[in-house]
Amino acid sequence: MDFELTEEQKRFKKEVCAFLDKEVTKELLAESESPKGYGPFSWEFMRKLGAKRWLAPTFPVEYGGLGLSQAYRYIVQHELDYRNIILYLRGFGLIGVDMAGPVILRHGSDALKAEILPKIAAGEIELALGYTEPQAGSDLSRLAIRAVEDGDDFVITGQKLFNTGCHFCQYHWLATRTDPDAPANKGISLFVVDMKYPGITVSPIWEIADKITNAVFYDEVRVPKKYLVGEKNKGWYYVTEALDNERMLVLGRIEETFGELVRYVKRTSRNSVPISKDPLVRQKIADLAIEINIARNLIHRVVWWQDNGIRPPAGHTAILKLFVSELYQKVAREGLEIMGFYGQLRKHSKRSVAEGKMESLFRGAYVMTIGGGTSEIMRTLIATKGLGLPR
Amino acid sequence: MDFSYTKQEKVIKETARKLLTKKCPSDLVRKMEQDPKGYSPELWHDIAELGWLGFILPEEYEGFGGSFFELIVLLEEMGRYLVPVPFVPTVILGALPILYGRSEKQKQEFLPRIARGDLILTMALTELEPSYDAAGVQLSATREGGQFILEGTKCFVPYAHVADYLVCAARTDKSGKQEDGVTLFLVKGDHPHISYTVLETLDCEKQCEAVFDGVEVSEEDIIGEYGKGWEIIRKVLEQAEVAQCALMVGGAEKVLEMTVEHATVREQFGRPIGSFQAVQHRCANMKVDLEGARLATYEAAWKISKGLPPTLEASVAKAWLNLAYNRICDNGHQVHGGDGIMKEQDIQLYSRRAKGSGFFLGDTVFHREIIAQQLGL
Repeated sequence: MDFELTEEQKRFKKEVCAFLDKEVTKELLAESESPKGYGPFSWEFMRKLGAKRWLAPTFPVEYGGLGLSQAYRYIVQHELDYRNIILYLRGFGLIGVDMAGPVILRHGSDALKAEILPKIAAGEIELALGYTEPQAGSDLSRLAIRAVEDGDDFVITGQKLFNTGCHFCQYHWLATRTDPDAPANKGISLFVVDMKYPGITVSPIWEIADKITNAVFYDEVRVPKKYLVGEKNKGWYYVTEALDNERMLVLGRIEETFGELVRYVKRTSRNSVPISKDPLVRQKIADLAIEINIARNLIHRVVWWQDNGIRPPAGHTAILKLFVSELYQKVAREGLEIMGFYGQLRKHSKRSVAEGKMESLFRGAYVMTIGGGTSEIMRTLIATKGLGLPR
Repeated sequence: MDFSYTKQEKVIKETARKLLTKKCPSDLVRKMEQDPKGYSPELWHDIAELGWLGFILPEEYEGFGGSFFELIVLLEEMGRYLVPVPFVPTVILGALPILYGRSEKQKQEFLPRIARGDLILTMALTELEPSYDAAGVQLSATREGGQFILEGTKCFVPYAHVADYLVCAARTDKSGKQEDGVTLFLVKGDHPHISYTVLETLDCEKQCEAVFDGVEVSEEDIIGEYGKGWEIIRKVLEQAEVAQCALMVGGAEKVLEMTVEHATVREQFGRPIGSFQAVQHRCANMKVDLEGARLATYEAAWKISKGLPPTLEASVAKAWLNLAYNRICDNGHQVHGGDGIMKEQDIQLYSRRAKGSGFFLGDTVFHREIIAQQLGL
């Protein structure tokens, strides 16, 4: 076994870090932290990453990638996250590069590949995930938004909920019902929908993290048939195929915030004694360090599997997702307790410490165990698919 | 990165499982719990024949020259079967100090015999105020003429009552830093001035109190250098911790398998209990705990194999295993329901050891403190 990146991967990581140290500007960070999460600086940054071919290094060269393994994408994602610019489940190619891209590559028509993939890789566009509906959360295959064939188009009517990114993405990666009479998972089709089409209304929803996600309404939206992905009614298979990628959380932000916490306890005193000398604080911090180490290994093993063209054995991406998402909450919860009064102060408050990162993590962490599959769904998957327990 | 087993590691795993399935049924484990010696000489002989006892010793001392990582793979299998032999005490805590010491004479005299299975060793480290810090070593060694006199009490020493030799940590200097005044001595187990009491423990693993009442040893019995014992102890302890983790991982894996099997077969309300989410989620938690434990153990073992300092990783692994193995057993018991409380079921063999092995080689609080220091706190 070997727990280190290869020499080539280390070199790549170094190059990426040097680039990000220069390109991740205050303006970009401010935009990333804003409720919308995206803006002109973000798009400029995306295009720069794309020009380096680092946004979608896993794409084939002809579509703007480098034909490299998932490990390289992971390295970029980790470093972006470490610099606080992939906020939770949004942004910087998560949907385009990791979810829609691979499905289009495998199942899309040549025309669709040629139209969409190079733009994703170049950082010119991003897709918003269009799965969840008011009545289709964990029970996703019950989604109801209807797509009906009509001449050269499909006509789509219905509602989506918590579709993050619809307020800035150019395209919607949309799961619809095309056969209402078939069993739930056999009547779903996927589309790439231009968000500018008439009949689409995007309505903001404010999250506790002060971020915007969206409710999206389709009112007889005409989508040309060429934007159907793969075969009609095969959408559920494509969706589940790419779910593995949605579960690939990275540890960058956790590691960075944990680093802040360690620095904080070293420089802060209570009753004239550095809190880093408090045995309880030391124990708690060590406990977080243990779990961060455990999480890193779980991630690295899945990346290694992908790197070697091995589909992770059943249940293992669910283990990763479950563990890392719960770790987000643990770091935030324990971190706030260790920091005490000052931990609760928001970034721009008088007397704020560590740029308010811990309270911001706390508010942002709730969604981690929901989005991309709840912890309960993950545990059920681990038990049934991983351990083979009966349904 | 590489998370695959080598061909050699796979062979080790398969060979071990085959042998132990035959030679180490849970009946033997039960029998040894009640046995005064606490280990099976026949099994000891068998694993010596296979070269396991000299597995990580260099070939020049009749060892096999295997890597530490390979040993970990082997130990994981031994942990599955709760193999009742003093393996870690002899092979790690006993043999490695001699190997890391300077005396070629000691190496020639002891290591080949350890590899052949002719000797049982253990480390007499902890005392009546047991701790794995240097300050825990208070048994005194006083120089008298050309000799040292050992005086004091060791406690919780694994398998001391059957050990041919004890690697004994003694305090030779009380004036300076705690770490600087510790010397290791190789002491004959049947020395007339050492008396043993086997303690009765939760997991029935044999641990002893050993009272040293004027035990004379000579300069020649020093392992390593005078006053420099702690360096060797720390290095050996880190490897022992990871070795112990591997045993625990193997045990935890077996508990999960038994539990999944039970949940699949046992029916209530007209269906297997494993089809209920409340049961499924307990099993899922066990799986997550196990996977984290295995990788943490492997990472530490990989560091040791590469000659890199494993301090942080070893403590991460042991701290996690202490908690995770217990959680795995607790969940396993709950899923086993009434079956699990019966002595005739195997799960209780594991859950008692899960708790017992949490004390041995550092509890979670101890290892968290090491991690805190490693983080610069």
